[in-house]
Amino acid sequence: LLQPAVSVGNVGQLATDLVISTLDMTKVGYFYTDCLVPMVGNNPYATAEENAMELSINAEVYSLPSKKLVVLQIRSPFIKNKYRPFCQTLLSWVKSSKCARVILLSSSHAYQRDDEQLLGTPLRYLLTPELEKAVGGLMQELNWKEMEKVAAYPGINDTEKILHIPGGGITKLLFTESCSKGIQMAVLLKFCSEGDNIPDAFALVNYLNEWLQLIKSEVNTSSQWKIPSSWRLLFGSGLPPALF
Amino acid sequence: MATFFGEVVVAPSRAGVDDEEETREETPEDREIRRELEKKREVDILWTLKSGVSTESSADEPFVCSKFIVAIGRNAAAFLSSFILDSVCWEVVGVVKLWNEWCRTSSTTNVLPTDSFCLFYRLISDPTVLLCQCSCYVAEDQQFQWLEKVFGRMQKEGLQVTILSTCPVADYKTQESTLTLPAPFLKALKTKEFKEQVCCPLLEQPNIVRDLPAA
Repeated sequence: LLQPAVSVGNVGQLATDLVISTLDMTKVGYFYTDCLVPMVGNNPYATAEENAMELSINAEVYSLPSKKLVVLQIRSPFIKNKYRPFCQTLLSWVKSSKCARVILLSSSHAYQRDDEQLLGTPLRYLLTPELEKAVGGLMQELNWKEMEKVAAYPGINDTEKILHIPGGGITKLLFTESCSKGIQMAVLLKFCSEGDNIPDAFALVNYLNEWLQLIKSEVNTSSQWKIPSSWRLLFGSGLPPALF
Repeated sequence: MATFFGEVVVAPSRAGVDDEEETREETPEDREIRRELEKKREVDILWTLKSGVSTESSADEPFVCSKFIVAIGRNAAAFLSSFILDSVCWEVVGVVKLWNEWCRTSSTTNVLPTDSFCLFYRLISDPTVLLCQCSCYVAEDQQFQWLEKVFGRMQKEGLQVTILSTCPVADYKTQESTLTLPAPFLKALKTKEFKEQVCCPLLEQPNIVRDLPAA
């Protein structure tokens, strides 16, 4: 199961959009939940008149049987106090549907990095102990960097370290819950800031592709991903000519 | 992050508020406060469906409804008041009582157009036609409750729902500037099951509808 966390720059969600759009995945269902702000629109992955009229809501599930891939896309923010109920419902669905592993795409505030994190790659990964057993070696081969832990009480006591993902939304909660429930989960995240996060989404989806090989990775990888039609006008309508 | 003027602010994020509080365990006091707040924000619907007797929306069999028209927001509610509703053909059958930071409604059915209210009417000549005028704002955390409590009382087979709402033109995303658009204009969204002719063009991507109309 591949899904985004609603996080800074919406990078996880944008990356998920790229996966669904490029692999032309079929919608197989949706979550009827009170944990997300309601929204509805027409098909965001429309390619022609015929498929443009299908309604789309805030939490939908897509599948690609040939790659045994199921994707959950989340399109609106969480309602206050609903993080925990959503995570619990989601993980119980993961268990009951016998999903082998979960990959969470997320992001974290770039301005919260420490000196060392400012250098090198802005991409990080996390694995639950269950998944570490299975793919820990692969991460070494890919030369990926694990998300660093930070001091629980900085300045006072530097020995106790905890996981801190500022701007990550439900990432930390979902990860810690998965650890305690023995679920195989990986978190892939990128440090970024709010703004035009399309390049961040491409970076994250290419990072994912290094592992999952969803599409053939060639030299110019950003041209391999198909941008959905709903990405038009991300920054508002056209400008009135009278402005100039 | 630092702004141009030098002060350090917390950057607003599209991810929403990053709640470390969400992951902290609740103390009994927190739980108590949250329960009280939830009770205060509960949505109550008082139906007067059978011969003027008020009943709580809990028990009772679902009532048959063939057409349900919901007008959300002051403009849509005013449209219904001006063109559809009158005291001869329509009777009040329900009222919603709720509170949130933006508005409070009461259980009175005698409302002024400037009040915040949410009332249900039934067509006297055809009691399966229901109408809802909702000029109050239903907050995010109350939308699902509103939905469940209203639709929970209806028999959903053969039900046709029409939702009327308004959005600012400035929110509409289009290639040209919104200044040149001949406003006001109509757009629609429909489910697969709606087979009739729609009277206006469908809403183009990437525009979306949110809040109660979306719910």
